[in-house]
Amino acid sequence: MEFYLPIAELPVNVGLILAMSAAVGFISGMFGVGGGFLMTPLLIFLGIPPAVAVATVAPQISAASTTGALAYWRRRALDLRLGTVLLFGGVVGTLLGVLFFNAMRRVGQLELVITLSYVVLLTTIGSLMLIESLRSLLRKRREATPRMRRRPRPAWFGLPFRMRFPRSGLYMSAIPPVLVAAAIGFVGAVLGIGGGFMVVPALIYLFRIPTAVVVGTSLFQILFTAVAATLFHAVTNHSVDMILALLLILGGVFGAQFGARAARNVKGEQFRLLLALIVLAVAARFVTEIGVRPADPFSLGLTEFRS
Amino acid sequence: MRTWLVPAILWAMTTAAAAETLTISLSHHRVRITSTYTGAELVVFGVIERDASSAARAGDYDIVVTARGPRGNTVVREKQRLGPIWINREQVKFFDLPSTMAVLSTAPLTNIADPDVLRRFRIGLLPAGGDKLDGTSAPGRAEEFAASLVRLKTQSGLYAENERGVAFLTENVFRATVPVPAAAPIGIYDVQVSLFHGGVRLTETSTNFEVTKAGVEQLLALEARENGFLYGLAAAAMALAFGWLATVVFRRD
Repeated sequence: MEFYLPIAELPVNVGLILAMSAAVGFISGMFGVGGGFLMTPLLIFLGIPPAVAVATVAPQISAASTTGALAYWRRRALDLRLGTVLLFGGVVGTLLGVLFFNAMRRVGQLELVITLSYVVLLTTIGSLMLIESLRSLLRKRREATPRMRRRPRPAWFGLPFRMRFPRSGLYMSAIPPVLVAAAIGFVGAVLGIGGGFMVVPALIYLFRIPTAVVVGTSLFQILFTAVAATLFHAVTNHSVDMILALLLILGGVFGAQFGARAARNVKGEQFRLLLALIVLAVAARFVTEIGVRPADPFSLGLTEFRS
Repeated sequence: MRTWLVPAILWAMTTAAAAETLTISLSHHRVRITSTYTGAELVVFGVIERDASSAARAGDYDIVVTARGPRGNTVVREKQRLGPIWINREQVKFFDLPSTMAVLSTAPLTNIADPDVLRRFRIGLLPAGGDKLDGTSAPGRAEEFAASLVRLKTQSGLYAENERGVAFLTENVFRATVPVPAAAPIGIYDVQVSLFHGGVRLTETSTNFEVTKAGVEQLLALEARENGFLYGLAAAAMALAFGWLATVVFRRD
């Protein structure tokens, strides 16, 4: 069934969009990631204008992270205080990201910025994950239990504006988490991703947040950052397509449930290996986009109407 | 002494051309984009009426129907190699270009009239030389970019050419089906009908139709543009509601 999207201004096949978002939802439910990094590129490959794709994925991410955050909230696995600090940074970063996005769109290099950022980001994260998961797979084989060495407290914990985070058992400056959240919010707004796959490692490796509360806290901050992104996109570039968002949310919600169920039958390391491969596959798709001689070097820009 | 001759000849030419009058009618003047819209078609009917006093012409008439969508500025970009990657380098901006175009005719355009004549009356898909373009970043390659523009627009279904798109029902009644593409922007579309005979353009007439969004499509597009903040709030509220609903529906305890 074809349905005309009011903002993207083209008809799409409802079944195709639902199937796609369910597939992405399955992956995101399985791995506990938002799936924005898959959803946005897929929408762009389908012919949705990049601006609409990026802006419309924001409400979908809000929906997915609401579901996740509520589940963690019920299990009390969420550091509300830290999440609030993070979301301040995230919202500021998102605003800057949307402004940058609009500026690049005007200059006509949005496509390049999106493609290049995806290549850099996905290749880096994908390789790191691949190495990490391969290492832990090998370690497991050797049956040697990894011993966590007690690393010294990072110096940046001592910056001003120190706060206590009882849930995470930390006492540190609020500046570093705000800055990190701002950077991730910026990237998220430009690329149409929630950034869960960046927030979680950042919280674990930079701030030593206990793993028990990491995912819940990250989902909490992504939820609000994505709501902010939805609003900023809607106000500044009017590119949020409500119908498309609804389809993405519906498909995503169902997919995520089944993904979460499927996840219980797979082992952690194999899991991360699989996710790493998916991330690298998307990166490879983007690399061919810019690294291979294009079939048609010419492309049409958007038509600007006088109005 | 001979200066009067030029206007006289011109007068004679125009009256000769005016021996025919063209009357056209569109099947409808409004295309409504609703949620099930995937493109539309309009039918143009036309009648060629001959002045009773003028002599019959030998041979057939030719008709060219050109439908043009709302005009806007369009950029064509060309990717070039920069180190290991391909990026958009050269670009040409075409001003006031029809966003969509359908050229329907009774025969291939080249059989109907000379390229010069076609260009003068702005018939055909190629942007006419008169269209302003900004080729500063690609000097001397404007034609190549114009050809690419038409090719890309045709591939995406926005431009269409059909040299058998106009059919004569009788000797002087014709009809043509004008396609409105799925990705047609909203606005006023001009339909220009030109009558040719023996390579000469005899007369021309035009009409228009409007493409508008209707129902939910119209409401959402309008709200998105006019009340961005409220629209954004609504989108966010919808997302949160569905996110919460999912935890209720799929609760596992």
